[in-house]
Amino acid sequence: MDILNALVVFLNFVFIPAATYGSQLALGALGVTFVYAILRFSNFAHGDTMAFGAMVTIYATWGLQALGVSLGPLPTALLALPVGIAVTAVFLLATDRVVFRFYREKRAAPIIVAIVSLGVMFVLNGIVRLFIGVDDVIFLDGLRQIITPADFKAWSGLDEGLGLKMSQAITLVVAIISVILLFWFLNRTRTGKSMRAYSDNEDLALLSGINPDRVVAVTWIIVAALTTTAGVLYGLDKTFKAYVYFQLLLPIFAAAIVGGLGSPLGAIVGGYIIAFSEVIVTYAWKKVVTYLVPESWAPDGLLQLVTTDYKFAVSFSILVIVLIFMPTGIFKGKSV
Amino acid sequence: MKKLLLASAAMSLVAAGAMAEGEVKLGLLLGYTGPLETLAPPMAAAAELAAAEVNESGNFLDGTTVTTVRADDTCIDGSAAQAAAERLVTADGVSALVGAMCSGVTGVVLQNVARPNGIGMISPSATSPALSTVESDGLFFRTSPSDARQGQILVDMMRDRGYDTIAITYTNNDYGKGLADSIEEAFTASGGTVTIDAPHEDGKADYSAEVAALAAAGGQVLVVAGYIDQGGRGIIQGALDTGAFDTFVLPDGMYGESIIDNIGDAMNGSFGDAPGSDSNGADIFAEMSAAAGFDGTAAFSGQTYDAAAMILLAMQAAGSTDPKAWTEHVMDIANAPGEPILPGELGKALELISQGVDIDYVGATAVELIPPGEVAGNFREFEIQDGKIVTIGFR
Repeated sequence: MDILNALVVFLNFVFIPAATYGSQLALGALGVTFVYAILRFSNFAHGDTMAFGAMVTIYATWGLQALGVSLGPLPTALLALPVGIAVTAVFLLATDRVVFRFYREKRAAPIIVAIVSLGVMFVLNGIVRLFIGVDDVIFLDGLRQIITPADFKAWSGLDEGLGLKMSQAITLVVAIISVILLFWFLNRTRTGKSMRAYSDNEDLALLSGINPDRVVAVTWIIVAALTTTAGVLYGLDKTFKAYVYFQLLLPIFAAAIVGGLGSPLGAIVGGYIIAFSEVIVTYAWKKVVTYLVPESWAPDGLLQLVTTDYKFAVSFSILVIVLIFMPTGIFKGKSV
Repeated sequence: MKKLLLASAAMSLVAAGAMAEGEVKLGLLLGYTGPLETLAPPMAAAAELAAAEVNESGNFLDGTTVTTVRADDTCIDGSAAQAAAERLVTADGVSALVGAMCSGVTGVVLQNVARPNGIGMISPSATSPALSTVESDGLFFRTSPSDARQGQILVDMMRDRGYDTIAITYTNNDYGKGLADSIEEAFTASGGTVTIDAPHEDGKADYSAEVAALAAAGGQVLVVAGYIDQGGRGIIQGALDTGAFDTFVLPDGMYGESIIDNIGDAMNGSFGDAPGSDSNGADIFAEMSAAAGFDGTAAFSGQTYDAAAMILLAMQAAGSTDPKAWTEHVMDIANAPGEPILPGELGKALELISQGVDIDYVGATAVELIPPGEVAGNFREFEIQDGKIVTIGFR
């Protein structure tokens, strides 16, 4: 019984939050990795692209709500997501046309393009704040929790409750679907294969007749889909705030680099590694340990390695360690 | 010692001189420059309003008139405040000080000017808990509650409901830290257990890690000393989603309807406090100040009116402007029993005192003094019931 209680506490406070957060990071890191593999630069505007996509989706959600459309227990934002993706895709293609294409045609060094993306980031950041403001926006509707801790306690008879939010379940399901679609696209379709070819060797790909403009355009559309989905899921699960997405940049890049920049599989694994490390290192293990050990061994302290203030320090440390000892990451991506 | 004697002698000479001319001076030692300079003008105006009201009645110490002298304590510069206070005492010959404004300089002026010269002072706005225990020779009073008071009030509320283990989280700034420390101290002193006292940062989207740490520590209720539209709400939402806590204690920063709008029925049963009293003194004072051309709803304006009024009423009760005499009567006139005195009734109060009738000064801020001479502070206790904020009572 005590082991079950410990397991429930672990699931409730460590596994479910970390798996949700990891999925959100994985989707974000996939976008970073895509841009890096095909367009060959680190896109610092990524976090704010997520904010932009989420913002458009929120406006679409409000529109749908005003029309009286709803998905019942599911959040209306899921219905609005395609609109968000489409608008973000158009926006990214326009940005590419106005900004990035100029540097690509000049074959500018990746670091220059990375700095250019920093400029794009500031502009995007300003646009988002200008439109939706800096306050919290709560756009989750429908059923909030699938399992409430109180119901779980009553059902299982355990001392500890387990909560599962609708947004957590949706995040996991949507992340799995997105990843399956993405890998199917990359491995089974002609366009996907041409993108991989372009990523492996640009010159050879051009020689074999692959249209580079098309590859770039498709890349941006996929990036728009990934960022908007990640941004909306994060906003649904936590809260939408214009500048928190900027703060997500560090864990997202850490995830992409840990997994190996340019490797889609690496981005997913990296996302979960970063999320689980952040949660496990900052979690206070007192309750779990108290259930597992004999009563006389029960700890007095909280058994917390570092306080939650240092959450970002965890992803930063992992990033530094990986860059020193394993610069290409777990899945042998490109070295930074 | 010799210096002190000399100063006291000089002081009593000056005081005697002032008496002879039928005039008593009140020093308004406030931060007219410095970080709180925008607050000082309505405060000074409030004290001057009280003096004018007393003069108009003509009942004060056989027709003695009250004049006020302003001096700048700068709020943060102790030596400048000390120099200004010394000038008030030695050059202007004031019989009492309204001030100082900020806690730090108030301590300096009390130790280096008021105590050596034997001048009584009432600060309208110094709220540091340290001033409650400082050596004052009975010369120091204040009309703003110590920051520690709210902690004590919240602890009383929790103890009355029978809670004995609590967890605390606070927003990581001076307000949150000070409040959390005072709650922890008071709760531990009352025999309860504080399982964790952890900070949270405002402006984040995700508080699941903070909530997880709080949940691991456990407790019957969670005290959220934060802000309602910031991290405080995020913490409560996270705690409810994971079932970590279901009852929350909400200090003044968490008071507001938006918590119910955003979170809903799950807030039922949570309780907290906010500044407020059931007296209508504040409304009367706001009208008086509007007529006099300043904003009486500005922070500490009412407290300054009360500070000046209490000094003058205590002088009347003592029948003297000698600080030794009037400071002993401050507690008497401020507290029950007696005829309650609201703002605008100073003339009546002076007359009652001269007739030997007890008064209970209520004033603009429902003054009630507790030892060693500071206001208890008035807090409204509320509880959330059926999605509404219900006032349970006043403490």
